[in-house]
Amino acid sequence: MTILEKVTALLGEGAVLEAGTDRVPRIAPGSPDAIALLLGTAHQEGWRVRIEGAGTWLQSDAPADLALTTRRLDRIPAIEPSDLTATAEAGIGLDQLRQQLADRGAWLAIDPPGLAGRTLGSVVSTATAGPLRHGFGPIKDHLLGVTFVTGDGRMVQSGGRVMKNVAGYDLTRLQAGGFGAFGVIVLVHLRLRTLPRADVTYVLEGAREDLTQVGEDIAAAGLTPAALELVSPALARRERWVLAVRLAGSPALVAADEAGLGAASGGGRFAPLRAEEAHAFWMRLAEGFAVRPVTFRIGGVPTASDELLDLLQHQLGDEWISASPAAGAIRWTGDASVDRLQRLRRTLAGLEVPLTLERAPWALRGAVGHFGAYREGVGPLVAGLRRTFDPGGALVVATEGT
Amino acid sequence: MSSLPHLARDLSAIVGDRHVRAARAERLTYSMDGLPTHRRVPDLVVLPGSREELIAVVRLLAALDVPFVPRGAGTGLSGGALADVGSVLLVLTRLNRILRIDRDNGLAVVEPGVVNAKLGAAAKPHGLQYAPDPSSQSACTIGGNVAENAGGPHCLKYGVTANHILALEVLLADGSLVEIGSPAGESWGPDLVGVFVGSEGNFGIATRITVRLTPIPRAVRTLLADFSALRTAGEAVSAIIAAGIVPAALEMMDQSCIRAVEDSVYAAGYPRDAAAVLLVEIDGRNADAVLAETDLVTELLRKSGARSVRSAASEAERERLWQGRKKAFGAMGRLSRDLVVQDAVVPRSAIPQVLETIATIAQRYGLVVSNVFHAGDGNLHPNISFDATDPALKQRVEAASAEIMETCIAAGGTITGEHGVGIDKLRYMPLIFDAESLGAMHAVRKVFDPEERVNPGKVVPVHACREWASRAVA
Repeated sequence: MTILEKVTALLGEGAVLEAGTDRVPRIAPGSPDAIALLLGTAHQEGWRVRIEGAGTWLQSDAPADLALTTRRLDRIPAIEPSDLTATAEAGIGLDQLRQQLADRGAWLAIDPPGLAGRTLGSVVSTATAGPLRHGFGPIKDHLLGVTFVTGDGRMVQSGGRVMKNVAGYDLTRLQAGGFGAFGVIVLVHLRLRTLPRADVTYVLEGAREDLTQVGEDIAAAGLTPAALELVSPALARRERWVLAVRLAGSPALVAADEAGLGAASGGGRFAPLRAEEAHAFWMRLAEGFAVRPVTFRIGGVPTASDELLDLLQHQLGDEWISASPAAGAIRWTGDASVDRLQRLRRTLAGLEVPLTLERAPWALRGAVGHFGAYREGVGPLVAGLRRTFDPGGALVVATEGT
Repeated sequence: MSSLPHLARDLSAIVGDRHVRAARAERLTYSMDGLPTHRRVPDLVVLPGSREELIAVVRLLAALDVPFVPRGAGTGLSGGALADVGSVLLVLTRLNRILRIDRDNGLAVVEPGVVNAKLGAAAKPHGLQYAPDPSSQSACTIGGNVAENAGGPHCLKYGVTANHILALEVLLADGSLVEIGSPAGESWGPDLVGVFVGSEGNFGIATRITVRLTPIPRAVRTLLADFSALRTAGEAVSAIIAAGIVPAALEMMDQSCIRAVEDSVYAAGYPRDAAAVLLVEIDGRNADAVLAETDLVTELLRKSGARSVRSAASEAERERLWQGRKKAFGAMGRLSRDLVVQDAVVPRSAIPQVLETIATIAQRYGLVVSNVFHAGDGNLHPNISFDATDPALKQRVEAASAEIMETCIAAGGTITGEHGVGIDKLRYMPLIFDAESLGAMHAVRKVFDPEERVNPGKVVPVHACREWASRAVA
């Protein structure tokens, strides 16, 4: 029997989707149990499996015997507006999840890069936070717990459904940003917020260094934006760099911050965006990172922000870049070679700044790795965790690179 | 363990005679933590005075294959820092230096024995705060906070310890050092900092801790609302959260707790006849916004049935209101000889119903249960006053605690929100995790500590784990 025939016998024809251009069979199990069954079998049979969500973020091109997509895990078992929690399957598209939460007056305060239909599991497993990281923290801060299936088909729960939980080790944070190296996330328990009663965006165009100063002044003035993002001209589709400020929360809080914005901008004139303009601005920014072949993020302390932006400009060019300086996060997208990325990663390592490769064609990410070389002593721990959660090496993930 | 006198001599050679405690009377000091129901006397107690001494001690213990238990100030509430016979207790309170405060980047680098409140005091002149504020903050250490993923009243808005740890230098059981995390919080590879925080000392010792500091809010308003029924107080909590306001703190105390506080030196002026009081703090960096949100909260409290809402008129009054809350556990110590501070979390909306069930359980077992807790998070602290020298009473306390835990789990909650599992809650772990998930945790522990020598016997009930050895491949 071929692999496809065996999988069809195991999960039924309904689980088999049309293969991609590389003709790797694409399987869409309909439940967490079906994923466990498939991965248990893959482990036994020695199949190599690549993981996909909706296929809109990380390129589906890793060499594998089959592709497992979570896209049929698209249910939302629970939304509890009074507790501000929700439980959603990993394959739900963020756009659908957002809509259903909004209908109940709830909000998941994340705005990851990528297309609107990107799956929740993809966002969690790659820990790709967007501009809202400034006000609401990284992806892991929005997670109460996850259920995942290991590379040998075991189902593991971590965390819970309540706001605080220290029962047992925090395997949820291992999964957030693990790029699927430690299993396939199937269910996510989320921490929500009340849908903001007020949500406005202001933009200011100018020279990068001037806008950086305005950003620092805003922080010093005591404003509390939900997002404070410095965006390159090409990404913002403007003539010059843009500093975008999103204020979201209670009307009182937003009104107070709006009043302080002018004073903090050093005479610069922030322009308010109409609601539909603001929506389009942030959506375009997010989608921009899914268009070009390579996207990565780096994390440096706020005072290093300018130096890091200069470094990126010097080594790779700065056409498509977005930065949350105060949150220590910079994201770059474009085209880059293996050599250039490795050189940049080495330079950044000397500055104590990690570079995480978020998406790239397999030829590049297989060589460079999402994480690259680890610090001394960390490699054996990561290798031990990988052996624990994927003892047969069934999951194809380019963690370290070659 | 190798010969105790020999081990004591070798350890003395590293840390000095004064810092090795071998006499039974000295070791008894370390036989308990903040929970009076567990008592274990360590074989030896060692207090290293520097990072280098600590490393040398751990490497010696590794060479001799001796288990050890790291301990901070011993204020934990789960028996997590108790050492069994055969284990050496490593007390880290002498590693108490704040190595660096970086105002511009909002971070500090500290040793594990730095006291939480002292870090706060050191950050204050820079206009910064270390937000996690457990009730024991005047004594507990940052290393202990990391091990337990400690919380506190202000974690409702600012997050728990895990949200404030950027990077760690970790000393593993085999004596090797690893650096995880980065000053900006982005990890080098998988988020090992996230996995380490809250691992209750099972993965090693954090020898250097980089913490996030946040700006001190410029405006603060503190409200005290009193209610004639627990249920209406619980409903007020839901109303505030539903309005989209995230107070800095939202704490509840029941009548038993109120009276204990008012009868103590920590009397805060809480109305003695109230069934419950809510302490609500609104803070922010903009005074107008804080005032507007305070007005809205006041209105919501009144609409929800508060008999009165009082706003602290001065910093002194605010501190007095908070002192009553933070010293409530001490005040309850007056009620009887011993106090079990329980810890569980339920969905916020389940608070009123769960509190009523806890009251029923207390009545059935003939126990005094006082509630003082983080209502905004749903993090309950039912406190049982008793006399631990009465074995029958102690048994009733154990049975009632188990029923309280089962009640919280049935409501969709969990067995601990900030105190940890330690040894006290090992028995409840199979109630919330299946054998496969417990097996996964045990396997992760063995990645960091293959011989299970650091803080053995805590967190994961090994007997309840499914075997996690590699499955054979056909």
